[in-house]
Amino acid sequence: MKKTLFDKVWDAHVVDSVQDGPQVLYIDKHLIHEVTSPQAFNELVERDIPVFRPNQIVATADHNTPTLDQHLPIRDELSRKQLEQLSENCNNNNITLYELGHKYNGIVHVMAPELGITQPGMTMVCGDSHTSTHGAFGTIAFGIGTSQVAQVFASQCLLLTKPKSLRVTVNGTLKNGVLPKDVILYIISKLGTNSGTGYFCEYAGDVFENMSMEGRMTVCNMSIEMGARGGMIAPDATTFEYVKDREFAPKDEAFDAKVAYWKTLPTDDGAVFDKEYYFDAEDIEPMLTYGTNPGMGIKISETIPVNNDPSFKKSLQYMNFESGKSLIDTPINFVFIGSCTNSRIEDFRVAADYVKGKQKADNVTAWLVPGSKQVENQIIEEGLKDIFNAAGFELRQPGCSACLAMNDDKIPQNEYCVSTSNRNFEGRQGPGSRTILASPLVAAATAIEGKIIDISKQLN
Amino acid sequence: MEKFTTHTTQAVPLNIANVDTDQIIPARFLKATDKKGFGDNVFRDWRFDKLGNPNTEFTLNNPIYSGSILIAGDNFGCGSSREHAAWALVGYGFKVIVSSFFADIFKGNALNNGLLPVQVSASFLSALFAATETDANTQFEVNLETQTISILGTDLSEGFEIDTYKKTCMINGYDDIDYLVSKKELIEAFELQKTY
Repeated sequence: MKKTLFDKVWDAHVVDSVQDGPQVLYIDKHLIHEVTSPQAFNELVERDIPVFRPNQIVATADHNTPTLDQHLPIRDELSRKQLEQLSENCNNNNITLYELGHKYNGIVHVMAPELGITQPGMTMVCGDSHTSTHGAFGTIAFGIGTSQVAQVFASQCLLLTKPKSLRVTVNGTLKNGVLPKDVILYIISKLGTNSGTGYFCEYAGDVFENMSMEGRMTVCNMSIEMGARGGMIAPDATTFEYVKDREFAPKDEAFDAKVAYWKTLPTDDGAVFDKEYYFDAEDIEPMLTYGTNPGMGIKISETIPVNNDPSFKKSLQYMNFESGKSLIDTPINFVFIGSCTNSRIEDFRVAADYVKGKQKADNVTAWLVPGSKQVENQIIEEGLKDIFNAAGFELRQPGCSACLAMNDDKIPQNEYCVSTSNRNFEGRQGPGSRTILASPLVAAATAIEGKIIDISKQLN
Repeated sequence: MEKFTTHTTQAVPLNIANVDTDQIIPARFLKATDKKGFGDNVFRDWRFDKLGNPNTEFTLNNPIYSGSILIAGDNFGCGSSREHAAWALVGYGFKVIVSSFFADIFKGNALNNGLLPVQVSASFLSALFAATETDANTQFEVNLETQTISILGTDLSEGFEIDTYKKTCMINGYDDIDYLVSKKELIEAFELQKTY
């Protein structure tokens, strides 16, 4: 029987099947952070169950961390306590923790791939819906709730019903100025926010084959925004090259043996998917969202669609936008480049390349938040920090930051923020804030102009 | 986990599609290290204005609505995986959420907390909303054993799907940890002979 990439990885991890019920799936790597793990640790203590495989768990502090003065004690008492709790829990259970200030600290979905913790063919989970990011390596990776975090602590397994399969194929050549973020925003705008619910998605075609690992991570990251639990891209030479020589990657012969196995993982020719969609790369333009879910996206040259659905109207009312209008020339006071979607070195290179020699508009506050300490160091080493500083941008320290505004990095009420993050939900970036999702290039251009411009026209 | 068999109450209508978990419980309330108190902040930014005064237009603040069933629009619980959303709804007092579509992770989180997600057809969802609009005191019965939801006082009812294993767990108050820990030997054997 012809198998998909997903089938191959899933089937290799099935420990047992419950009659007329779910399967017991073995989990290779479990990533944890401060927000969704404390109640799971409590659950184990209450039931007197030990952590089964502490060596397969890696922890980081990211959601709640400040992005300034990380060497000082955290001012917010609740945030500080949550981080202290994480340290205590990891310490008590012999779990590796990259806490605030550690050279490997960073957003969970940035630090794990860059350390080689994420590898093809694995199953990975984390109490965070953007765990889908790791699917870029041909990994089954998905977000779980805290009860499931406790289950993995207790057994290194989860009870799951195998999801259905979906493939999105994009062939052709991307236009100048169209980035991986635009590709995924375009796909979600076409398919909607729940088209992937109940499915695991594979991205196929030249566009993804020719994409860097950073780009593939951006795409897989947002799979959850169309409802898919995860997204995957077949591992290939680009993947192997990225993983090779990373801190926790297998070395020498062990690496070669793994590569030989990883090469068997791509979907067999003729394997059947439950749903398939095809798009042309040439149809994609730089994208913007205009509403309060990531499916409400348009090409930068388009106008906001007309729709009489009450939820749609409520959304436009929140954003203070009107159907039929273009977003070009909308004044913008806040720009955020960061989050597990777009905070890797490539994202900052794109932004720096555009910003070089230019000056940020006076009305704009532009925050750059690297995804990890390693990315932060790379930004400095490559001289990008100097470019950003000269242009008036503020480079902060790593963390989730204004993507979800759990720390002090909040967008004020009624203000628009052109953001490279993944969610434009009401109040996501602070109570009353209005988020417009975009690529790092569009975000950088917005910061320079102080308003949204048609980047395609400028580039061509 | 509390056992669930049948449940009969009035319902609170929330006729909005794509309610994401950031609305159910905003991120700034996720700093607790236990499961208590989230109910106080459920739908915080819809329930209260920025000064903390109740927004009288929001359904939970409408005195005519009560009961522990929430009837919600399509694609309920999308977005973040935060289980705090399920804790907040349970903490507020809900036992059942009805919608025409649920996001995956939310659905799993709800089931793991004894909160029953009941998925109905779009037309039956409209009938449920119409029933609460006509009479806010309409009673609804959710029967997990027979997998049906009924509008009492009418002949309107509809069946709903639930995984057999999860149904058994809900009825008996079991959870997945009990089951997985009982499989430890099998898991250890798998680790020794895994093929990848």
